[in-house]
Parts: sequence; C-alpha cells; structure tokens
Amino acid sequence: MVVSPLNLAVFSVLLPLTLACMAPLAHRWRTIQISLSFSLLALASLVAVIAGALTVGEGTVATAILSLGLPGLPFHLRLDPLAGFFLVVIGLMGLCASIYSLGYMQGYGKQHSLTRMVVFYALFLAGMFLVALADDAYFFLVAWELMAASSYFLVMYEDDLAANRAAAFLYLLIAHVGAIAILLAFGVIAGQSGQEGFAGYTFAAMRGSHLSSGWAAAAFFLAFFGFAAKAGVIPLHVWLPEAHPVAPSNVSALMSGVMLKTSIYGICRFAFDFIKIFPWWWGVIVLAFGLVSAVMGVLYALMQHDLKRLLAYHSVENIGIILIGLGLAMIFTSFHLPALAALALIAALYHTLNHAMFKGLLFMGAGAVLHATHERNMEEMGGLIHRMPWTAALFLIGCVSISALPPFNGFVSEWLTFQAFLLSPALPQPLLQLLIPLGAALLALTGALAAACFVKVYGVTFLGQWRGHQRPTQIHEVNWPMRLGMLLAALSCFCLGVMPTLVISWLDTIPAQLCGTHVAESASQFGWMWLTPISENRASYSAPLVLLGILAVVAVTWLLLHGRQSQIRRLPIWDCGFAKLTPRMQYTATSFAMPIRRVLGFLFAVREQITLIYPLNHPANPERIQYRLRVRDRFWNWLYQPQSVAAYWVGRQFGKLQHGQIRVYLLYSFLTLLVLLVFLG
Amino acid sequence: MTLHPFAMEFLQVGLVVGLAPGFAGWIKVLKCRLQGRAAPGIIQPYRDIRRLFSKDVVLAENASWIFRFTPYLVFGVTVMIGGIIPLISVELPLASTADVIALVMLFGIIRFFTALAGMDIGTAFGGMGSSREMTISSLAEPAMLMAVFAVSLASNSTSLTQMVSVMTQTDFSIRPSLAFALAAFILIALAETGRIPVDNPATHLELTMIHEAMLLEYSGRHLALIEWAGMMKLVLFFGLGIAAFCPWGISPSGDPGRLALAFVLLAAKLLLGGAIMVLIETCLAKMRIFRLPDYLGSAFLLATLGMIAFFILE
Repeated sequence: MVVSPLNLAVFSVLLPLTLACMAPLAHRWRTIQISLSFSLLALASLVAVIAGALTVGEGTVATAILSLGLPGLPFHLRLDPLAGFFLVVIGLMGLCASIYSLGYMQGYGKQHSLTRMVVFYALFLAGMFLVALADDAYFFLVAWELMAASSYFLVMYEDDLAANRAAAFLYLLIAHVGAIAILLAFGVIAGQSGQEGFAGYTFAAMRGSHLSSGWAAAAFFLAFFGFAAKAGVIPLHVWLPEAHPVAPSNVSALMSGVMLKTSIYGICRFAFDFIKIFPWWWGVIVLAFGLVSAVMGVLYALMQHDLKRLLAYHSVENIGIILIGLGLAMIFTSFHLPALAALALIAALYHTLNHAMFKGLLFMGAGAVLHATHERNMEEMGGLIHRMPWTAALFLIGCVSISALPPFNGFVSEWLTFQAFLLSPALPQPLLQLLIPLGAALLALTGALAAACFVKVYGVTFLGQWRGHQRPTQIHEVNWPMRLGMLLAALSCFCLGVMPTLVISWLDTIPAQLCGTHVAESASQFGWMWLTPISENRASYSAPLVLLGILAVVAVTWLLLHGRQSQIRRLPIWDCGFAKLTPRMQYTATSFAMPIRRVLGFLFAVREQITLIYPLNHPANPERIQYRLRVRDRFWNWLYQPQSVAAYWVGRQFGKLQHGQIRVYLLYSFLTLLVLLVFLG
Repeated sequence: MTLHPFAMEFLQVGLVVGLAPGFAGWIKVLKCRLQGRAAPGIIQPYRDIRRLFSKDVVLAENASWIFRFTPYLVFGVTVMIGGIIPLISVELPLASTADVIALVMLFGIIRFFTALAGMDIGTAFGGMGSSREMTISSLAEPAMLMAVFAVSLASNSTSLTQMVSVMTQTDFSIRPSLAFALAAFILIALAETGRIPVDNPATHLELTMIHEAMLLEYSGRHLALIEWAGMMKLVLFFGLGIAAFCPWGISPSGDPGRLALAFVLLAAKLLLGGAIMVLIETCLAKMRIFRLPDYLGSAFLLATLGMIAFFILE
C-alpha cells in the first residue's frame, strides 16, 4: 500500500475509532489505560498533522469512495488543501491536548470513569477529522453528529453537579438546532443541483451546481446560521460560556481551540467552494456578525472572574475576528478582486490556526491552575507565579499571543486583517469604502480590550499575593506531561509568530484553490525574514528582526548594568506607615474591570447593590458594607428567556389534554379518526 | 560622501537615547518658567538618571521575575522603536521592520508589561494604575489607528518611510483629512504619553495617579530604565507625529549635509512641539477619569471625520 496523505489521514481516523472500541477492555488498569490511549491519540494527531501539512504544501487533491454508507450514496472522502489545513489545526491541538491529558487525567479520582473519557475523547477527535475529510452531505452530517454527541458526553464528564448537566443540555440543544439548519442548507443545494436521487448530495455535485440567487442565499444563510450556532457567534453564543468551563480542561482546550473551527471550515466550504458567486452584501453580513461577536465577546470576557468562563468568552471574540477576515474575503471576491480576497482569506485562516494554538494553551494553563488550586474563581487566586513557575511562564506566552502583541502569533494574523481592511479603497462601492475602515476601529478596540483583559487575568491569577483560603504552600507545579503539552502549544505560538512568511507560503495553495490567486510571491519577495503582504511600499513587518533587536538591546543593557557589583535588597512592601497590608487589599478582577464596566456598562445588564449593615441602629457607624454585583448577558434576557418561557407555556397548554381518564383519550382517538376521514375522503 | 544606512541607524538610535532626557528637561524648564517657578535646568533629567543608576535596588519580598524583567524589556522595546521611526532619514535599515500598525502594537508591549509589573507586588496602587492605564489605552487605541489610517490613505501605505517620502515629494497642499487626523493624534498622544489633561506625570497623589501608580514600587536602576524609556517614548510620539504630519526636512539619503539639516529641523520641530505641549499642559486642568471617554471619543470622532473627508473631498 502506498503511503499517501489520504491514507495517513484515514489512519488517523481509524486509530481513535479502534481505540474507542478497545478502551473498555482495559478499564481495570487505570495507569495503562491513560498512558496507552493518550499516547496513541497523540500519535493519530501527529499523523493527521503530517497528512494535512503535505496536502497543503503540495496543493494536491485526493479522493476515495468507501464501500460503507447508504445505498446510492456511499461515503465519499476528499483531502484537498482546505481540508488538509483543518486537519493540521485539529491535529496540532489534538497532539498538545493528548500529551497534556497524559498528566491531567491522573488528577481524577475513581468516582469518574476513565473509560468514558477515553472513548468519547477518541470519538470526538475522529469526528473532527472526519468533518474535514467528508465529501458528501450524509457523511458530513454523520461526522458532525459524532463530534457533537461525543463532545456532549465530554462536557457531562463531571456529571455529579446539576449545573454541568444543565450546561451540557443547553449545548446539545443549540448544536442540534444548528445541525438542522445545516441539513436544510445541504437539501437546498442538492435539490437545485438537478441531479437524480442521492447523487446531488455529494460535494462534487454541489460544486458543479448553479443556483439561482434566491436559493443560493437561502442555502448560504441556513448554513451560516447552523455553523454560527456551533461557533458561538453572537447572539448564538450562550451555550459556549456555560459548556466550556464545566468540561475537563483538556476537553475545553480541544472544544474551544479546535471544535469551533470546524464551523469556519464549513462556512469556507459553502461560500468559496459550493456557491462561489455571491453578491457583496453576504460578505457585509458575515463581517457585521464578526465585528459584533468580537467586540461583545471581549467585553463580556472582561466582566468574568471565572477563569475558564472568561476564556470561553474570548473564543467568541476570536471567532468574530476570523469571521471579519472571511467577510472581507467574501466582499473582495464578490467584486472580482481575487488578490485582495486571497489576502483576507489568508488572514482568516492564519487566525484560525493561531487561535487554536493560544486558546488551547490558555485552557490547558487554566486546567493546570485548576488542578493545583481546585479553584476556578480568579478572586481566590494570586501570586501563583511563585508556586507554579512553568505554568506561569507558558500562560504568559498565551496571554501575549492572544493580546496581539508582537512578536507572537496573534499579532501576525490581526496585522494581516488590518491590512485587508485598509484595502477597502479598491472597492467600487463608495459606501463600503467609507464604512469598512470603521470596522478596523472596532477590531482595534477588540485588540486593546483583549490586552486589558489578559493583564487582568495574568495580574490577578499569577501576580500579586495569594488571596485564597487554603495555604499557598499546598500548591505545587503540575506534572511533566502537562507541562510538555503546554510547552508544545507555546512553541507553536512562538514559531507561528516569528516565521509568518514561511507559514503564508505554505498556506498559499488554499487561496489558489478557492480564490484562484497566490499571495506568497509578493508576501515573501524579500526572503523569509520580511513579510510584505501586498508590496514593499505598502507595508512590511519583520518579526525576526523586531525580536532580535529587542533582545539585543535588553541583553546589552543588562550586561552594562550588571558589570559592577550591585546589591538587591529584598524588603517587605512599604505600607505607608499604616496597618499591615493584607492580600485582601489588592485590586481584584472585579475592581480591575470597574472603569470599563462604568464606561461601557450600558451594553450589559449590570446590577450593583451596596448595603450598609449597622448593628447599633445608627447609619453613622456601619459595621460592614456589603457589595453585590451581577453582570448578565443581555442576549439571554432578550432572545432566549422569551423563547424558553413560550416553549414552557405551549407545553403546559398541551399538557391540559392529559387527564388520565381513558374515556377522554378514546374521544380524542375518535375525533382524530373523524378529522382524518373528512380530509382524506 | 554618503553615510552608510547602518551608520545612520546607529546615529538616530544614539540621538534618541542621548537627547531624550534633554527634551524632558526642556519641557520641565519651560513649564517652570510659564508657571512662575524657578527651573532646575535642562540637564536635570540626566542628573536624575545618573543618581538612580548609582543607587541600589530595593525590591519587595514577593516581587517576581516579571517585575525585574519589565524595565529591561520596556527600555529595549523603546530603543527598538527609536530605530524604526524615520526621524532624520528615511534610509534606515530597520525602518521597514515594522509599519505604523506594528509600531502601535510595539507600544502595546510596553504598556502590557508595565501594567503587569504594576500588579506584581499586590498593592492597591499598582492595581489601580494598571486598571486605569489599560482602560484608557483600550479607548485610545481605536482612535489612534483611525488617525493613522486617515494618513495612510493619502500615501496608500502604512509604512512610515513611504508616508514620509510621498508627503515630501508631492507639492504641499492643505488636506482636510490630515488636519482632522492631526487634531485626533494630538489628543491621543497626550493620553498615551500620560500628560495633562489625561494624567499628570508630576503627581504622586493617590487619587489622580495613573501611569506613576504602576511604577511606585520601582527603585534604583530599574526606575532609571523606566524613566529613561518614558522620556524616549515622549520624543518618539513627537517623532511619529512629525513623520506622519510634518515630515519636511527628513533626509531622503545619507548625505551628511542633508542629515545635518534634518537634525536641525528635527530639533526645531521638537522644541516648538514641546513648547506647544507645555502651553496645553499649563492652560488645562487634569480631567476626571470618567470624563476621559468623552475626550477619547472626540479624538475618535475627529479621526473618523478625517477619513470621511478623505473619501469625500480628496
């Protein structure tokens, strides 16, 4: 058998599937089960990365038809550059998360079944690989459901808490509302493709279909709705901050870093591969949803003090940034500007990869903190940098990357997105020329707020003094596999940030496939050190030189200042001569976000309550002051609360039909029969 | 005879590093004169820095490596920016390592780590300073980028050297977009460099401090590095403004005569710009922190007007 990328990809699917079947056999030997299964899963992920990287690098397309599936619609597989890229994204994070799981799962006690974790984790991974590989609607939806169902059980892993079960249910509900929309979108395209029977449901037929503009819009927006529900685009994001925090951290890293990206894959497939020709306002709608998600996501994140919930809201933000790139690419495509569309698409895909790496890293870091402190509330942490130096350093890399600071990876993709924004004067529509740069301002706001948010996260969690109740000496650094998993993710963040030109020349086959042009020639015309996305005169950025320059100055300064012997004295913190400073006097996460809450508070449902408690019955000498703050998502009250109330009301009304009296039920049957006879007769 | 680009690079970095305290001294002297106080002399900042370098460092017991690393990083990034912004010549080898957007983000690194250092010790002041600084910067950054975009539209480039070349090589004309963008830029530069009416660099009064609050725990050479970097940052913001809005005089080549002229013009612009800033600082009072959104909002509005003016009028 020849080793082709497609064979490798199939291997990386079969291995987890086999593992899912075999894992229950080893349920007696926990250590063996952990080490063997997660090593094999890491291997499968690595193979997927290789398969994907080769496909993207060479720009090849391989297809296969399996002898499984429906009669008339066997399973189709296809590995093209776009699918290969998402295999790399999934595989890379899968590799880090699987290595991390080797250590992380040891922290679970006997009350949680390990077999359940291994089986569903393996199915989850296989499902995500299959989503990228599937080449017909039926197989795609099977893979999509495999991914959704297995992740539901992973979210439910710690099912002893009622809140976790509620969060998992919400997730399953919204995922399935989305899946129905995707199914309908496939149906619309297949129905219009003019093919008989099931033949219209293969992606090959969908690529060849020519839809009328109305049906094309219906198909695209159904698909967009369905994928947006999975990606957590505002206002369909409510499940995300509930489900991601309660899942075990290795799973949250995969869900937030990778699973959301499968919907980006879906949107790319529908827009650039199936439909191809669309009016500009589609792009504007995608762009608008992206902007709203980015800004609102980061603002909600700033208001959180649960570490994992905060990170989940940041996923909403980053999906927004990716959609901004996609929206711009769609606008440029609709005006037949393929070179500009290629740049915007590269920006979006690059951010997809970047977000997978740094968000995975941050979730793994949050898991490490949770593992060590048994605490998710940041207000009970502080000073962890002294107890957990490795985690602190690696988490810092994640924070710098997500805050879009050079020379790490988040900056590169945001910079490319900004460059795409600045190409708007090339558009023939004066209104768009004017409005699109305003979107860039919102992106800038998002970036700056993200930096503020991660100063808060890092400052409150890792810096300062310990705020919690247990003794800080009980906190220990996490074990080596966990560190290794985080280290790999952090290294990818660094490499993706410092060598953008190489990454872009590697990615170049995707716009070649979807937009019909290349960007790499102009992007790397001055060698791998210089990134010049359009031309040298337009904009340039050299991450290696910026990094080297800063490091050189830092090194020289350090050497000059440490040439002579000088002493550093360590003393207690200066308390201004008042009573001793306590850790409770530090700024908290809530107080850090207070100015922003006050400035932009109208966007949230904020309720602040201050109560004075004075036992002597005189307000002049209060004993204690109670401060209560509740910040809620307005979307829940606006959109979901009415629906859930309405659904309950309708349910109650139908419930009135139930009496428990057999005579009444017989009457119902009789009436139904009569009605049917009248209609059919 | 022309200077090699690398020689010019070193010359410019040396100028920024060496003359930044002098510029800070100039501002201090002018301010004292305008306010009827006796001035300490232009070289006072040099004396301050030397004194701080010769002192020992006192660290809080729980200071982590972030606290100790930040001054070096802040200094390093500032010097790097000093090599990127074209101040005396456009032929700098480092000038194309970062365009304006990347420059804004480089300033972001400085802010990010200073804010982290402010939270490292775990005192209320440090946290307060970090929180306020990050709030102000997140409101200032969109306005900053809009101003930059309005300028970049005219030269069709975000690279500073290209902006300078385009503006110096085309005929002078009054562009409304640039006027609006300049107004916005001045408002933002005052906020980003922590001057009145946004922040007061001279105060150590707890309720009004923003930037200084983050640095309260620093001493010795750490403080010296941060103070020095702060002085350079002021010069560099002026340099950014000069390159984007008033670049005439910046030498297109390494010709020593042109370089000397460029240096004289740069010094004149800086002295004048410093005087204007002192006037602003003397005439205005510091704002309440919760009025800053209005201030930064008007900066954003001005920048947006600049952009609209470009599309409609030019």
